[in-house]
This record gives sequence, structure tokens and C-alpha cells, in this order.
Amino acid sequence: MPTAGADATRLTRSEKTEPLLVVEDLKTYFQTPNGLVKAVDGVTLSVERGKTLGVVGESGSGKTVLSRSIMRLNTAGNVITHGSVTYNGEDLLAKSPRQMRDIWGVEMAMVFQDPMTSLNPVVKVGRQMTEHIRHHLGVSKKDARDTAVELLRSVRIPEPEARFDNYPHEMSGGMRQRVCIAIALACGPKMLFADEPTTALDVTVQHQILNLLGQQQVDRFMTMIMVTHDLGVVAGRTDEIAVMYAGKVVEKAPTKQLFADMRHPYTEALLRSIPKIDDPKHTKLSAISGRPPDLINPPSGCAFSPRCPYAQPQCFTDTPPLGAAPTPGHQYACWFPVGSPEGKDAWDKNLEAKRPQTMAAAGLVNATEELAAGAVVGG
Amino acid sequence: MTLLDDAKSDTSSPSPSSNTPGKKKRQSPLAVFREMPILVKLSALWVLLIVVGSIYGKIDVLLDDVLPLQDPILQTNAFNPDTLEFGTGTPSENPSLTHWLGTDSIARDGFARIVHGSWVSLIVALVSATFGIVVGGFLGSLVGFVRGKTETIIMSLIDVILAFPALVLLLAMVSIFEVRNLYVISLVIGFLSIPAYTRVARANSLAISNREFVLAAQAIGTKPSKILFREIIPNVYQSLLSYALVAAAFVIVVEGTLSFLGLSVQLPTPTWGNMINEARSNINLTVWPVVWPSLALTFTVLSFNQIGDFFQKRNAVRGSAL
Ligand SMILES: Nc1ncnc2c1ncn2[C@@H]1O[C@H](COP(=O)(O)OP(=O)(O)OP(=O)(O)O)[C@@H](O)[C@H]1O
Ligand code: SF4
Ligand SMILES: [Mg+2]
Repeated sequence: MPTAGADATRLTRSEKTEPLLVVEDLKTYFQTPNGLVKAVDGVTLSVERGKTLGVVGESGSGKTVLSRSIMRLNTAGNVITHGSVTYNGEDLLAKSPRQMRDIWGVEMAMVFQDPMTSLNPVVKVGRQMTEHIRHHLGVSKKDARDTAVELLRSVRIPEPEARFDNYPHEMSGGMRQRVCIAIALACGPKMLFADEPTTALDVTVQHQILNLLGQQQVDRFMTMIMVTHDLGVVAGRTDEIAVMYAGKVVEKAPTKQLFADMRHPYTEALLRSIPKIDDPKHTKLSAISGRPPDLINPPSGCAFSPRCPYAQPQCFTDTPPLGAAPTPGHQYACWFPVGSPEGKDAWDKNLEAKRPQTMAAAGLVNATEELAAGAVVGG
Repeated sequence: MTLLDDAKSDTSSPSPSSNTPGKKKRQSPLAVFREMPILVKLSALWVLLIVVGSIYGKIDVLLDDVLPLQDPILQTNAFNPDTLEFGTGTPSENPSLTHWLGTDSIARDGFARIVHGSWVSLIVALVSATFGIVVGGFLGSLVGFVRGKTETIIMSLIDVILAFPALVLLLAMVSIFEVRNLYVISLVIGFLSIPAYTRVARANSLAISNREFVLAAQAIGTKPSKILFREIIPNVYQSLLSYALVAAAFVIVVEGTLSFLGLSVQLPTPTWGNMINEARSNINLTVWPVVWPSLALTFTVLSFNQIGDFFQKRNAVRGSAL
């Protein structure tokens, strides 16, 4: 097997047009006392070299499990993984943990959601960096220190020499996330996973960190997967977006295309939940009504059907496949897509029947609530 | 406020800011002392006194009575062959300026015996804590991290040792050794402390292994052995240290019990336990020789507990078993 793998690598390396990462029908299930949790349920996607893929979905949709499954970081003993993950022509799922260690850090790295917990609290940040650098690059202590300071500088940490001897708790959240990014970048990975890298940070810091990631990606020609629950975060920073719901990709399109012509009702609902600057003051944000689906006993038919404003009887029985839209690269899984005549019919029908989900999405329920609340707020 | 948060946090709830063992790592001891409630402050002072006193006593013994402290074994009323005179002391004296804590039934100075006796308690506490932290801490960290068969095997062994009545096991082990000096006693007690430390360390290791920084270390290709030594163990030890204080209190009582049963360090070396044991038969003559070592023992155990609790709250350590 190893020789075949090596040959395959050489082949694909010459073929620069091949996507760096290809994920096919990836399934990650967890065995729990309550049943099988289908956290990732048949995801297919690919990312080309140097591009950024945004993975969007609300909490519990399986984004973290997906990115950890691709990186083979699901350490829980109760995990079952199927499908294939091909990175640079190599089958990652066939690798042993020992073989993965040559991939981790050097080929792929990850920036985690919470910089408060992703640094070892009892080791100085500089030490956390140099050990890693020395281990992978085999350089002297002094060289490792220089490299680390340089890295800290490159992620815009002021006075990197002084910061080198700080413990994580002596730094702010944004600063720590910069350190985490520096550590992830230390060995020049070709692929970076950012799992909600800014969710735990202040809004002002969020932008800085996102800009930093974007900058580093361009500078280092990295391929990136950016995971977030916020469509606003990925809007201007990704080449392609995959929208996840209940462990499945429900819509996938080049970023511009997605925003211009979204087809899936869930994508539309996500977008509606982003505040817009030109909204009038006190506009109520439309949250998606209903709960995220049960991953152990998912609803039959389309997983989004209990919450979908467009849902029709067919949706409750038949699972829509991920099919191609007319525009190249655009796929969605829906029987009554947004913006299509069928979708419009479905919407009108539901509105007429006063389906609560549709009423809420149309702002009709919210509007009355606003009226009721307005008296109090206004007074 | 972080102090309170830390105290309340629990590893099962992954609240972001909670439970960062190293948080106050770089505070100076004086700053930590200031942070203590008054009772803990007093406890710290008492322990300091015991430490200084026992070292003072030990130096006195080693350097043949150079320091102004009476000989704990000398009967102050005994005939002195050098001066050809009897000592000035009497048995069962009440506290006075010459004998601060009085004398016992054979006229030995109470204060000197308390000071010298503290050495035994201190050494037993230290040795068992060292054993527990080094061996138990390592085993617990290891099994909490690697899990699987290793964990099952090691923890079964540990549980078997724990399931034995500790005192019986202690008596059995002590009786195996011919000599019963301080080191043998300390080693036996130390060995028997390992299981408890292992359990505490394992609980901590399990929690720490699930923390994100361990995954982060894995995600950059860190070897498992390095993760164990660099990520897990330093964090486990941080919390074990405060556990050790509480455990030390327990161990001091165990030694006291052994001495009381006449199974600890050989006489006439004074220990608080054997002082109580010897003095209780003459309690009708004088109560002081029972009172002083009992008080010393009580205060010391209380102090260790207080300080241990303080640090445990500070580091939000959970799990204790002894
Ligand atoms: N080890 C595990 N055992 C059982 N279930 C798990 C395990 N890990 C994750 N899950 C479940 O998988 C589902 C997907 O979780 P995941 O963390 O991927 O969601 P997410 O999209 O990243 O959400 P968030 O935005 O909150 O990070 C959740 O319902 C979670 O409970
Ligand atoms: S319209 Fe039907 S298929 Fe499409 S998202 Fe809604 S429920 Fe699913
Ligand atoms: Mg997540």
C-alpha cells in the first residue's frame, strides 16, 4: 500500500488542476446509548488548491465533526467513519495514526474555535511553538526561537519577543487566537481548517482575525476550509460555500452565485438571520423557527421539512437528492427550490394555509410581535 | 471573580473560561498568602512553624545538641555521670519557664519532644506525597490518556489495593520489615498512598485529555508520548499538588495511629502518636503530655486540610478518594 500511495502522490502532484482535497460520501456516526448519531451523513465536496471553502450551518449541523473527520481527529472510541477522503491523491482514511502524524501540522493544520481552551495553560506560548517547530523541522533551539518570534510577528503580535515568554492567561482572546494561528502555520501546512475561529471573540477582533487568516492564506498559497455558523463571515472571504444541515450538504455553490441565486430554503433562512447595516433600527432578526433536527431519528423525507416555509407533502416522505442547478458548480437538495416556479407555488400555498413557519419567514408573525412589543420599547 | 468561577467549574461542562489550572501560576507566594482567608493564613503559619521547628530539631540532633533545645530523650531528673549530680527536673511537671510544656512521667521535656516529634510527621507526609505524586500521578495521567486495556489493568490493580482495609495492609507490611525506622514507615505509607493519587490523577487526566489544547497538539502532529508528558502531566500535577496537602493530613493521622499502636518508628524516638500512647497510661498524674501532642496533631491536620482545600478551590480540582 505505501508504494502505491507514493506513486499516486507523484501523479497528482504533476496534475496541478486536481483538487487538493476530495471528500466522497463521508459518513461519521457516533454510537451512543440513545442510538446512532449521524453527525455527518454522506458529505461530498472538493477544494482546489489555494481556494477557500466555507462550510456554513447552525449549531449541531455537523461542521466540526466533518472537519475533524477529514483531518482524522475524531478520537472518540465510539466513532464509525465511512466514505473516502483523498488529500493530494492519498487516501487519508486508510492511514494509521502514526502516518497521520506526518500529515498533521505539515500538510494540514487546524485553528480551533476557542483560543481560551486550545492552548496549554501551564506552558509558555513561546515554548509551545518552539517544541513543535523543533520536532517537525529539526532545527536548533535558537533557530526555533527565531522562527517562532518571526511567526508571532507575522500574525501581528506586538512585541513578539516579550510575548514569547507569556503564559496563555496573560494574553487576550484575540492575541491567543493569533498565537493559535501562528502555531497552526508554523510548519507551513498546505491546508488549513478554521473551525469557527472567531466565534469566541469580540466583534472588533473577529474582523482582524478573519483578515489575518485571509492574508496568510494568500501569502502562503494555502487551501482553506472555513467553518462558521455565520453566512456573513464567509460572504467576502470564500470562493465556494457548502451549506450543511443535519449532517448533509444541502446547497453548494461559488460564493457569488450562492448569494445571488440561492436555491435552498435553509440557505435563505440563514441569510435572513444576518443583521444588515441598512435595516431600520430595532428590526427584529428573524431566527429560524423550530429546533435543529434530531440526528438519531432524523425526520423522514427532507430533514429541513419540519421547519421549512416551503414544505409540501412530498417533502415529508421523499429525501431530495443533491442535484445540479443550471449554473455550473451550483448544487442543491430541494424539491421546491427558492426562486423557482415550484418554490413560489409552494410558498403561496403555505402562506394561504397559514403554515406558521411560512408566516414567520414572511415576517407576518414577527410584524405583529413587533407591534405588541413596540409600545413597551417606545415608551 | 475568576477565583469563584474556577471553584465552581466542573469539567463536564465545557464552559470556555473555566478551569485553567495554570492561571495563577506566576503569583508570588506572598501574593498567594495575602489572598488567603484568615483561617488559611493561620494554617499556613502553623505549617511553616512545624516545618521550621522540625528542621531545627533535626539539626540539633545531627549536630549533637548545638542548638538551644533540650534533649527529647533525656530524663531531666536523671543522674549525670559527668557532673555526678542528679538533674533538676521532676516527672510530670506542669508547664513552666524551664519546661515550657511541662515534663512527662519520666521527666522528659515536653516542648523538646513535640518539636522533635514533628520531624516524623513531616517526613511521613513528604515521602508519601512524593510517592503519590510521582508514581500515582504518572500512572493516573497515563491511564486517563491512553484508556483501553492499559487503563483496565492498572485500575483493577489499584482498586484491589484500595479495597483492602488500609490499616490491615499497613500492619502487614510494617511487620514484614525487621527494622521500623522512619524511612521504612514512610515508604510503606507512601506505597499505600499511590492508589488514591492514581485515582485522582486519572480523573484529572480524563478531563484534561478531552480539552481542546490536547486535540490542538494532536492536530499539529505531536507524538502521543509528548502529549502525555507535555500537555497532560503538567496539568494533572498542578491539581495533584493541592490534593497532596489534603492527603498529607490524612497520612499524618495514619502515622499517628501506627505510633499509637506501637507499630511506627521504634522507641525512644518521639513521635506525636507514640507520645500520646506513652502518656495516656499516666494520665492520672498529668494530662499535659497527652494534650500537647494531641493538639499539635489536630492543628497540623486541620492546617493541611485548610490549605489543601484552599488550593483545591483555587484550581478547581475535583475527585478525591482516600
Ligand atoms: N463524540 C460524540 N459522541 C456523540 N455525539 C457527538 C460526538 N461528537 C459530536 N456529536 C454530535 O454530533 C453533532 C454535530 O456536532 P458538531 O460539533 O459537528 O456541530 P457543529 O456544526 O460544529 O456545531 P457548532 O456550531 O455548535 O460547533 C452534535 O449533535 C453532537 O452532539
Ligand atoms: S422545500 Fe421541501 S425539500 Fe426543499 S428544503 Fe423545504 S422541505 Fe426540504
Ligand atoms: Mg463546531
